[in-house]
Amino acid sequence: MWLSHHWHAFFLALRRLVGSPLANLLNIIVIGVAFSLPTGVYMLLGNVQSLSGQLSGAPQLNVFLKLDTGKDAIEKLKSHLKQHPQVENFRFLPKDKALEQLKQRNGMATAINSLTRNPLPDAFIIDAKSISPETLKRLRNEMLKWPDSMHVQLDSDWMERLNALLKLGQIALLILTALLSFALIVVTFNTIRLQILTKRNEIEVSKLIGATSNFIRRPFLYFGAIQGVAGGAIAWLIVALVINLINSELINLVRLYAVDFQLHHISFEDSISLLLFSSWLGWVGAWLSVASHLWQIEP
Amino acid sequence: MISFSNVYKRYPNGFEALKNIAFTIKQGEMVFITGNSGAGKSTLLKLIGAIERPTTGGIIVNDQNISKLKNSAIPYLRRNLGMVFQGQKILFDRSVFDNVVLPLQICGFEHQSAAGRVRAALDKVGLLDKEKALPITLSGGEQQRLCIARAVVNRPSILIADEPTTYLDPSYTKDIMNMFKSFHQVGVTVLITTPTAALLESPQYRILSLNHGELVT
Ligand SMILES: Nc1ncnc2c1ncn2[C@@H]1O[C@H](COP(=O)(O)OP(=O)(O)OP(=O)(O)O)[C@@H](O)[C@H]1O
Ligand SMILES: [Mg+2]
Repeated sequence: MWLSHHWHAFFLALRRLVGSPLANLLNIIVIGVAFSLPTGVYMLLGNVQSLSGQLSGAPQLNVFLKLDTGKDAIEKLKSHLKQHPQVENFRFLPKDKALEQLKQRNGMATAINSLTRNPLPDAFIIDAKSISPETLKRLRNEMLKWPDSMHVQLDSDWMERLNALLKLGQIALLILTALLSFALIVVTFNTIRLQILTKRNEIEVSKLIGATSNFIRRPFLYFGAIQGVAGGAIAWLIVALVINLINSELINLVRLYAVDFQLHHISFEDSISLLLFSSWLGWVGAWLSVASHLWQIEP
Repeated sequence: MISFSNVYKRYPNGFEALKNIAFTIKQGEMVFITGNSGAGKSTLLKLIGAIERPTTGGIIVNDQNISKLKNSAIPYLRRNLGMVFQGQKILFDRSVFDNVVLPLQICGFEHQSAAGRVRAALDKVGLLDKEKALPITLSGGEQQRLCIARAVVNRPSILIADEPTTYLDPSYTKDIMNMFKSFHQVGVTVLITTPTAALLESPQYRILSLNHGELVT
């Protein structure tokens, strides 16, 4: 009996939805478009995050050695680095080679040729395993303490800046989601309000022949939830379409830069969360509307 | 059983629609309530269905004290009452069948058994061939029969009807009265209001007369 009540309410809600298809479709589209915005921003943030990981690989540390470092010391450092648990990869850049590289830059050759001796130090270029800023800083401090190191440069500045930017993006996302959730609730609230007004007669008669408040409330709640879910699905579709569109453009762009990058789609878990969240919001909107309007109808 | 003791009903605007009403109707009785327009007939029936609450006094319906009933218990009281309202309260946006099935949906009947009961009720009032029709296409008498079918579909032990024949042509009136009599014959308590003028070629039934909110004997 309990189940049959819920089926009844569910089908009644569906019937009401199909009953005025245009108005409800417009509503659903409005909800979908509104919700595609935070969903899109969410996807963008996720993609930027994974892109930044991909582009930088592991961030690099440059260790410049003191000018008078001997060959033995360098060999010792090499074997130390090979065994270091935090080091993914490293390359030794002797000072002669560094000078060669510098010469190849435009306009530098004459300046360098006039030098009497090589002012550049030997250097290690190290790829760390971790990308967390704290670990990197610890690694840097450790390398600074080597007796032969003169200077350690950690090129994680842009990572930090990006992370700060991502954090800002997340705050913006939160605000956007809150605002548009509120909008969804308001839209549903109003839809249900209008519905209650037009169903006034039905509600009154139902009460007169023994309907409980729950029985009357339920179809409206289901309606709100269904509308929310449908809006969520539209949002999903919009975002999926946009991602596909961008990806097909990216293929050309990516070929030029020789990186392998495609925006990833909404994951299964995120899709489910999106639909659950939007249906919950619809339900809340309907609940608020029913709570504030239904009691006014007395037989 | 329906029992009123010292019931007063004062509407929020201060109008006293019923004064010191006391009577008892036994299970299975058929009773007419008469009185001029404004005498308080509808008010009395509304008190039985807990559509209005008494200002003071006690009302017992099926061993339940209505005057002390919690709001949340009212739906369950109404499910055991068949009510035919003055002004019909038909839902014109759905078929005859869908109107009559509503009380059963409210009680949570499965579709199959509900359909069986709806057809039985429609058969009793002679509307079986119109189950798919929209109420707007029915005559006044047929609409009134639809309301009766809806009132009896849940097989209530008490049937109350507020002026079920007032605006009907005399030929319909007889039909409908016979229908109520047939419910009475199978043990249903039947309570019908009717204006004084329209009284009645059925002297064998008990009559409660209202005059300006008071029972006259
Ligand atoms: N909600 C209300 N608020 C104030 N007064 C009311 C209300 N309902 C009814 N009344 C008054 O109470 C009196 C009795 O009304 P009621 O509807 O019971 O009369 P009735 O006997 O059914 O009349 P009729 O034969 O015209 O239907 C009337 O004078 C009416 O104006
Ligand atoms: Mg009346």
